[in-house]
Amino acid sequence: MTREEIISTVNNFLIEEIEIEETKIKDEALLKEDLGIDSLDFVDIVVIVEQHFGFKIKPEEMSNVKTLSQFYDYIQKKIQ
Amino acid sequence: MKRVVITGAGIYSCIGKNLSEVLESLKTGKSGIGIDPLRIPYGYRSPLTGIVEHPQLKGLLDRRMRIGLAEEGEYAFMATSEAFKNAKIDSDYLENNEIGIFYGNDSSAKAVIDTHGIITEKRDTQLVGSGAIFQSMNSTVTMNLSTIFKLKGVNMTISAACASGSHAIGLGLLFIRNGLQNMVVCGGAQETNYLSMGSFDGISAFSTRIEEPTKASRPFDISRDGLVPSGGAATLILEEYEHAVKRGATILAEVAGYGFSSNGGNISQPSDIGSIISMQRSLEDSHLKIADIDYINAHATSTPQGDAFEAKALDQLFGNVHTPISSTKSMTGHECWMAGASEIVYSLLMMQHNFIAPNINFETPDEFSKNLNIITQPIEKKLNIILSNSFGFGGTNSALIIKKL
Repeated sequence: MTREEIISTVNNFLIEEIEIEETKIKDEALLKEDLGIDSLDFVDIVVIVEQHFGFKIKPEEMSNVKTLSQFYDYIQKKIQ
Repeated sequence: MKRVVITGAGIYSCIGKNLSEVLESLKTGKSGIGIDPLRIPYGYRSPLTGIVEHPQLKGLLDRRMRIGLAEEGEYAFMATSEAFKNAKIDSDYLENNEIGIFYGNDSSAKAVIDTHGIITEKRDTQLVGSGAIFQSMNSTVTMNLSTIFKLKGVNMTISAACASGSHAIGLGLLFIRNGLQNMVVCGGAQETNYLSMGSFDGISAFSTRIEEPTKASRPFDISRDGLVPSGGAATLILEEYEHAVKRGATILAEVAGYGFSSNGGNISQPSDIGSIISMQRSLEDSHLKIADIDYINAHATSTPQGDAFEAKALDQLFGNVHTPISSTKSMTGHECWMAGASEIVYSLLMMQHNFIAPNINFETPDEFSKNLNIITQPIEKKLNIILSNSFGFGGTNSALIIKKL
């Protein structure tokens, strides 16, 4: 899966399933502060990522993932 | 003691998705019963059920609010939205006033079973998602509605089998009457999915008149062969009388009395004595006499035993005055946890529009129902006082009396 495909898949589920406004989806957007992703949303993102990318996010690996761009990087690294 | 009135009502059921659709069905004796094909390969004796359309909540509620709602919670949201609108309660009022909630619910089976399925497959509890816990608990309806509507008063679910919705109204009455709350949302909700009723079907409680679904629910008829499960949700806004007057609310009826009892006997077999005690208590509580009751909305579910016990009880109390009786379950099927609340909504509609909805499919009486004045066709009648019965497994009984003001 290319980085473009990862970005497209993530953006699509953030907009369609987590219902984040499309205008807020930017590389530098902070997951918590800008996108409003809370701990319960994160539980659902773990489920969705497992369905789309076939691996389970480990919360401890997410400690340095603050922005959307870093989230794309994290997924890219995990599936390579 | 304070007086308690109904200032709003909402309904979402197999005979209509709002008050006006349900009114039309009640006036014409329309059945909401059909076949759920999923039940046949799953191993049910009977695929008969009330057919309830699932509401589309996207656009009405945000994601966080939607994902905590199990099926019965979705129905309860629809019914409660209509009830608040009916009571002229808007979001500003909800934000700035203390309103309580007592809602009847006694299962959320699909949510529990779906969660179990995911954990069994994935062997990982984290993959069930964040909504599963809020859908799975018995208090799913009250925890979700209180969040969605920003309710700040008493907040709990009443689980009392098929009398849940009725007891919820009874408790709302007691809380307001004793000055603890000015306004309480009361109701009952019932899931209808095929996963939720298998164990009930397993004790041969359901009708197997599969060739004629709309004739399967036939309370008091000699050829009745079981109940038809059904569901949806019904909501009533109970309010302290002076509070309602001050607010300029339209008063739909007074909740005049609540009677309760427990049979203290068999887990599934009803009792005429227990039924009589609850009805007598509701009459004493409302300071009314047997002859004052204009119409009885019977619990009668179309089971051979249950209807016979209720018929005996009704004959003993009301036989001399020939009070008109019908079971709206003949049209709706048995709405179980919801029934005690929905049947107050149905009774309220009859009171408002001066008619009695028929006990459809009552063709031939049995030795117990032959003495009762069972209404088989819709009739025009002014109704000032109505008694509604609800009985449940474990011998829980509830009787409510509503009165026109």
